[in-house]
Amino acid sequence: MSTKQRSINKTTTILFIVTILMFGFGYAMVPLYDAFCQITGLNGKTQRVTEGAGEASPILDREVRVLFDSNVNGDLPWRLKPTVKSIKVQPGKFYDATYTVTNMANVPVVGQAIPSVSPQIASLYFKKSECFCFVNQLLEPGETKDMLVRFEVDQDLPVDVGALTLSYTFFRAKGNNS
Amino acid sequence: MSTVAHEHDHHHAPSGLKRWIFSTNHKDIGTLYLIFSLMMFFIGGAMAMIIRAELFQPGLQFVDPQFYNSMVTVHALIMIFGAVMPAGVGLANWMIPLMIGAPDMALPRMNNMSFWILPFGFALLISTLFMNGGGPAGGWTMYPPLVLQLGDAFPFLIFTVHILGVSSIMGAINIIATVFNMRAPGMTLMKMPLFVWTWVITAFLLIASLPVFAGAVTMLLTDKYFGTSFFSAAGGGDPVLFQHIFWFFGHPEVYILALPAFGIISTIIPTFSRKPLFGYASMVYATASIAILSFFVWAHHMFTVGMPIKGELFFMYATMLISVPTGVKVFNWIATMWKGAMTFETPMLFSIAFVILFTIGGFSGLMLGITPVDFQYHDTYFVVAHFHYVLLTGAIFALMAAVYYWLPKWTGYMYDEKLGKIHFWLSTIAANVLFFPQHFLGLAGMPRRIPDYNIQFADFNMISSIGGFAYGLSQLLFVYIVIKCALGGKKAKSQAWEGAKGLEWTVPSPAPFHTFETPPKLTKAMLEH
Repeated sequence: MSTKQRSINKTTTILFIVTILMFGFGYAMVPLYDAFCQITGLNGKTQRVTEGAGEASPILDREVRVLFDSNVNGDLPWRLKPTVKSIKVQPGKFYDATYTVTNMANVPVVGQAIPSVSPQIASLYFKKSECFCFVNQLLEPGETKDMLVRFEVDQDLPVDVGALTLSYTFFRAKGNNS
Repeated sequence: MSTVAHEHDHHHAPSGLKRWIFSTNHKDIGTLYLIFSLMMFFIGGAMAMIIRAELFQPGLQFVDPQFYNSMVTVHALIMIFGAVMPAGVGLANWMIPLMIGAPDMALPRMNNMSFWILPFGFALLISTLFMNGGGPAGGWTMYPPLVLQLGDAFPFLIFTVHILGVSSIMGAINIIATVFNMRAPGMTLMKMPLFVWTWVITAFLLIASLPVFAGAVTMLLTDKYFGTSFFSAAGGGDPVLFQHIFWFFGHPEVYILALPAFGIISTIIPTFSRKPLFGYASMVYATASIAILSFFVWAHHMFTVGMPIKGELFFMYATMLISVPTGVKVFNWIATMWKGAMTFETPMLFSIAFVILFTIGGFSGLMLGITPVDFQYHDTYFVVAHFHYVLLTGAIFALMAAVYYWLPKWTGYMYDEKLGKIHFWLSTIAANVLFFPQHFLGLAGMPRRIPDYNIQFADFNMISSIGGFAYGLSQLLFVYIVIKCALGGKKAKSQAWEGAKGLEWTVPSPAPFHTFETPPKLTKAMLEH
């Protein structure tokens, strides 16, 4: 093999390796994006906490309005409604809210709720200790259920956020086709 | 273009069909690429004619909305991956070995394969138009969840992208391996013709971005059939993630289409201005910085998805930054023409039109890059006008210029200059009648990808359609000119253009089947730009 042929083979090998690495980079963007969203609150994903761990006293002289919103994805035969439209909360204190959900179909259906908080920056300070969105929900035909979410708004919520919206969208759980 | 066949006693090349199927000759493969891309140009163009016929008047006249949408989608895929990219690779195959004094490409067998998988890829894509549920109709950007609703055509679409990606990546590897290892002694990197430089940089863009795209469509495939949830919110994924991955590929992709055009223009303008290219080194560095910056601007395609303000600002400023090296290039082209002894043969006319019209497309791109106004322009006909100015009057005009410029070298005959000029003027006038009014439509709020529209948009759409039909018809003239030139005409000298520089003009016209089997001895004059 001539030296020229050898150096062509070397270049080609390196370039094929780069190609494979870039294919991998496409997949690496998935966890990178999740991490990026976690840090910046980019896609409105809420935070999960355990209640009672290092609890600070609530700020009594500040009130934040929390509005509740609900959506159902097109191929899920459910109806979803918050019990109340909004409540006023003091940062640093846990509150309960409920959503009423009904299965309109005549077969059992499993759904999964996906939360989102707007404005995005507030999602970093919205902490839930219990939520119906933590697990799949099974509803029998025609069944109606009240579902609980227990949350606090962190004391460090930026002062210019006076109100925030908690929105849930129910999807048909993946792998459930009945 | 098939007259390059030169009998060589010592070379037992198969003849007839086998010559083309088994060819490992860079000139034959270049010819195959160019003919293939011309065919794709007309298939994609026929789809554009259907689109313009439907939009000629408000209301639904010819096709149903689903088919209209699949025309829009497949037109884009064919023009990008079938017409512009293979034409660029074809030119690279033909010209790069001639320009750097190499006997052939570094990897001739892989070269054969990267061409011959292309027709199969497009057969897959076009077959989807005849399937249950129709062809892909969710836009060439394939955003989920819409694209996941596609019927039987879905896996075909994904595998088409895979095949085209494999083909382009192999082509890119071949180009880099050739340029890095096969240059004639004395042809240092900074002596290379600019067309070679722009193609090397394009090849790096291909290798860095296409695998990411292949990954993204593979995720779509597993989301639909294998229960993964990369882009499905129900399973914890995020559809916006697809847009990020897609445009991480998609923005470099627009420079994959544009950079070889820059190289062509940088070759032709000095020839017909009879002056060396102004600022050669700055051209190389500008091209490289455009390529690097192109990986940091992707989110300007998706300002409206809901990004933090800091993100929008970052991507806006990064986008603005790209106009600096692009401005350097436009400045250098004009400075090359400045006080030159200019003549206006067809390749030069297309090149000058390129400089003007590509710059118009660049300006509308700047407007789109300003975040607050993009919220108004997003997904309107303004965007359609913008990318057709940079792709049709940009990339395609440069490719036309290249074909006219190198046809004498390929066929051994001069093309019909008079017909060439007619083709130029028809194309330029028609393209502007076609796309300029679309700026106004977009600013007035007409959305893209719709088969019907409010009657307030009727007049401009009719003008645009007339320009569209005129443009489509005038390309038939181009085919006639190319065939006529391949069959005969005035004999071309080896130095077909008086002011042309570069090694390709030192070999006879038509270029023999084998060239530079022993590396040429380069003189100082040969290395001038």
